[in-house]
Amino acid sequence: MSVRVESARAGWLERAVRPLALGTGRLRDGTVAMGWAEVRKLRHDHLDIFTRSVQPLLWLFIFGTALQNNRTLSGGFHDYRAYLVPGVMAQAALFVAIFFGLGVIWERDVGQLQRLLATPIPRLGIVLGKATGAGIRAFAQGLVLLVVVAITALSIRWNVLDIIGVFVLLLLGTGGFACLSMILASLVRTRERFMGIGQLVVMPLFFASSALYPIAIMPTWLQVVAHANPLSYEVHGMRELLLGISAGGWLWLDFLVVGSFLAITAVVAAKTYPRAIL
Amino acid sequence: MTQLAPVEELRASVLVDGLVVRFGEVQAVAGVSFSVESGEVFGLLGPNGAGKTTTIRVLTTLLRPTEGQAFVAGHDVLREGLAVRQSIGYVPQAISIDGALTARENLEFYGRVTGVPKRERAERIDQAVEAMALGTFLDRLGRTLSGGMLRRLEIATALLKQPEVLFLDEPTLGLDPTARRVVWDRLELLRAEAGTTVFVTTHQMEEAERQCDRIAIMDLGRIAAHGTPDQLREQFAAASLEDVFTAATGGRLEEGGTFRDVRASRKRTSRLA
Repeated sequence: MSVRVESARAGWLERAVRPLALGTGRLRDGTVAMGWAEVRKLRHDHLDIFTRSVQPLLWLFIFGTALQNNRTLSGGFHDYRAYLVPGVMAQAALFVAIFFGLGVIWERDVGQLQRLLATPIPRLGIVLGKATGAGIRAFAQGLVLLVVVAITALSIRWNVLDIIGVFVLLLLGTGGFACLSMILASLVRTRERFMGIGQLVVMPLFFASSALYPIAIMPTWLQVVAHANPLSYEVHGMRELLLGISAGGWLWLDFLVVGSFLAITAVVAAKTYPRAIL
Repeated sequence: MTQLAPVEELRASVLVDGLVVRFGEVQAVAGVSFSVESGEVFGLLGPNGAGKTTTIRVLTTLLRPTEGQAFVAGHDVLREGLAVRQSIGYVPQAISIDGALTARENLEFYGRVTGVPKRERAERIDQAVEAMALGTFLDRLGRTLSGGMLRRLEIATALLKQPEVLFLDEPTLGLDPTARRVVWDRLELLRAEAGTTVFVTTHQMEEAERQCDRIAIMDLGRIAAHGTPDQLREQFAAASLEDVFTAATGGRLEEGGTFRDVRASRKRTSRLA
């Protein structure tokens, strides 16, 4: 009798655990495959990383240099250009991520999306794979930026663990914004319309954040918006890790907010993404 | 709704029963029933907007039907979507190859996403390369390939999983006669060797007549005619399948397809040509 009960229990456990393990395996395989494809594409078009790296460098060395001695904008930090480094790194990644949705519309138009949706990868795997792809591009851009920062001897902290933390935040944030972009892409029909909506989303996200200046100098209503903006937390965390300055928040909260942002947008995108083919 | 005989159900690789798909007020598929036997080449024909692509999208689990049932490789498309996706290969009408990856990388990518085990992947890729004669352009980027090469590569990527049913939406659209011949020769070989069921939509009547064991002609979301090419010619007292098509669809001028569809189709045709 007890053997039968144990056998029934084992059967129940196997029935419950096996699909979960299979599902997790497929999710992992799908995400890795999509990330792998992005790395291969980057290898074929590595010039893309350098051309995309120009914009953050312009912000850093033209905008930043012009306002180099402004202590208000840097929240009292002695070098505004160094203060800008996390902001422009996150901003460049935001641009990559938000316009990733254009790729979804393109893939729908050329047929890749239909093809992917008819494979056994879970929808969440496709979305996380795309987010990983955006993260890889952001990582490469961030790396180029840090190399330039090192060459120009801007005063940031060169601690390995801190740099790893910066890239983890960058990957989480970029992944979250890439998922947001996929949600938007599933709602619009044409690339032209998406471009308009993308601009409409990027600009408020960028300017209503701590990327260029501290939240404390903003009027109250804008501070409320900035505090609801995941980009503020991403930049705040990166700034604390790279420069050792904090605007009063906690580093763990920055990771929590940005990680939660990715989790929520990924789940929503996995639901809305297949709508893009309709 | 057609009642299908149990024997037919047992042998069917694809079984569609009373399928209805509505988009708001528009009924794209209006109660379609048919079955496709295992190892058969089945052609779904019809004018633009007849409901062919919608039917294929339901069978590949991309769309949920409003009413009715559909089974692919013995799995319910509604309740067992994942099992269906594991059993099929699908090449949509549009170009599904990633132009930014090489032919070899596209094969590797689809091997990964369709769940081909890592230890078998290299061997399966080699087999697909041989079956579709891709050896000469494996290291070229997808965007540099010709139309015939692209289609062969797409079919090769769909074969990696050794699917029970292969869905091909307009596989020879925009190809020249030689490239079309190559694609069909390879598909015929695949059917003979692996017994794969091939479900194809096409506008090429002559091709459908020559390659398909059975044909269904869709019009206005319904099956207007159904049978072997010989049966259809006999039924409509027609000399060719083109005449059957005209008679079955009432000889109306095609009016289906939106601006976007037409633009996309023309772009595709010029890209593949």
